[in-house]
Amino acid sequence: MWNWFHRLGSPKTFYAISGSLLPYFCVLAGILLVTGIVWALGFVPPDYQQGHSVRIMYIHVPSAILAQSSYMMMAAAGLVYLVWRIKLADVAVQCAAPIGTGLTFLALITGSIWGKPTWGTWWVWDARLTSTLVLFFLFVGVMALRSAMTGKASAGRATAMLALVGVVNLPIIKYSVDWWFTLHQPSSFSLTEKPSMPPEMWMPLLVMVLGFYLFFFCVWMLRIRTEILNREYRSQWVQELVQ
Amino acid sequence: MNILLATIRRDLLLHVRRPADIVNPLVFFLIVISLFPLGIGPSAGTLNVIAAGVIWVAVLLATLLSIDVMFKSDYEDGTLEQIVLSKQPLILIVMGKLIAQWLVSGLLMTLMSPLFALMFFLNSDGILAIAMALLLGTPTMTLLGSIGAALTLGLKNGGVLIAILVLPLYIPVLILGTAMVDSAVGGNSYTGHMLWLGALLLVTTGLAPIATQASIRISLSQ
Repeated sequence: MWNWFHRLGSPKTFYAISGSLLPYFCVLAGILLVTGIVWALGFVPPDYQQGHSVRIMYIHVPSAILAQSSYMMMAAAGLVYLVWRIKLADVAVQCAAPIGTGLTFLALITGSIWGKPTWGTWWVWDARLTSTLVLFFLFVGVMALRSAMTGKASAGRATAMLALVGVVNLPIIKYSVDWWFTLHQPSSFSLTEKPSMPPEMWMPLLVMVLGFYLFFFCVWMLRIRTEILNREYRSQWVQELVQ
Repeated sequence: MNILLATIRRDLLLHVRRPADIVNPLVFFLIVISLFPLGIGPSAGTLNVIAAGVIWVAVLLATLLSIDVMFKSDYEDGTLEQIVLSKQPLILIVMGKLIAQWLVSGLLMTLMSPLFALMFFLNSDGILAIAMALLLGTPTMTLLGSIGAALTLGLKNGGVLIAILVLPLYIPVLILGTAMVDSAVGGNSYTGHMLWLGALLLVTTGLAPIATQASIRISLSQ
């Protein structure tokens, strides 16, 4: 079993295996996303307080969950690269950062759009919005450091180190922002707790979250495959592939 | 222990021989703080409310300016490579540099802070609180900043990049520090805040030098 795992670390084997698995994952992601969106937009009953604007939740919540998860996954890949020097892990870190940035940005924008009808304002310094903003800065920092360093190997290790420092700090930042918000929470509205949702509301949410996870994996795999071709273009198997 | 003291002594000597490295961030600190009343208005009521936040943000920015030079001169003339190649444990040398850096930047800003607290019309409770908060917060900021400085060694425009990398990590210290001062100004006890700031300092002291010395090795291998 470990042999299979080790073979996955070779770019050529990874390319072959991911090439055979990717179509299934992409189709599954597409089915889940389409089902989730149609269900969420069309068939979920409107919230008794928020009306129809609650439907944005079905994009906002999965993207926020994925934003944090993708940072964890990027940091885990960074740890693998720093400890075991598996170059594919460095490729994984490099490819996960832009996707994570985009997902965090999507979470911020959809949260802002959701805020306008429900809270009356485009932005509010809510604990979760603020920590998502900080997560956005962390992702941007990883991308900025990578693009600033020219040497490929040291850029990979520096980025992995930064991702690890960020992931250690992430709970501390989240906790302090939560506490900051409870200190300063304006008394005009309470918005932190989501009341327990009936099944007809959380089931499409589950579908959307799973769909988003698979979407992230598919896009990540596609980017990793492209970057493998980019890095290994001089090797024979890539030359044969390209012919 | 000897290598730690030797590094502190060496770095302090180097800083003292180049006073601009010490004085410039402090002058920047003073100027930034003076800009806020000019931008916002001189009323004591407003300045009182924003005092803690303004002083803390100014300390953050001035710390970023001063840590930029922490490893740079040693890196540029090759001393840092020799230090890494020597048999001495790099982590002790890094800690020595951090202590020397804090002594000439964070400590001085902490000592200057009561003056600025007065300029912003904080009461005496607030002045004591901000001095204590900065005393606990500035070492944390130096430690976190050193990670950013080590990661961006040798980069052309490393200064702005350090800010992007390190400012999100400063957010817990900022939140705790300003909450501590606000709590003190309101006459409430702020022991809890001090304990939390102390806890952050301890965790950072334990983990940041490891990250910094690993980052130095990464940057040097470029």
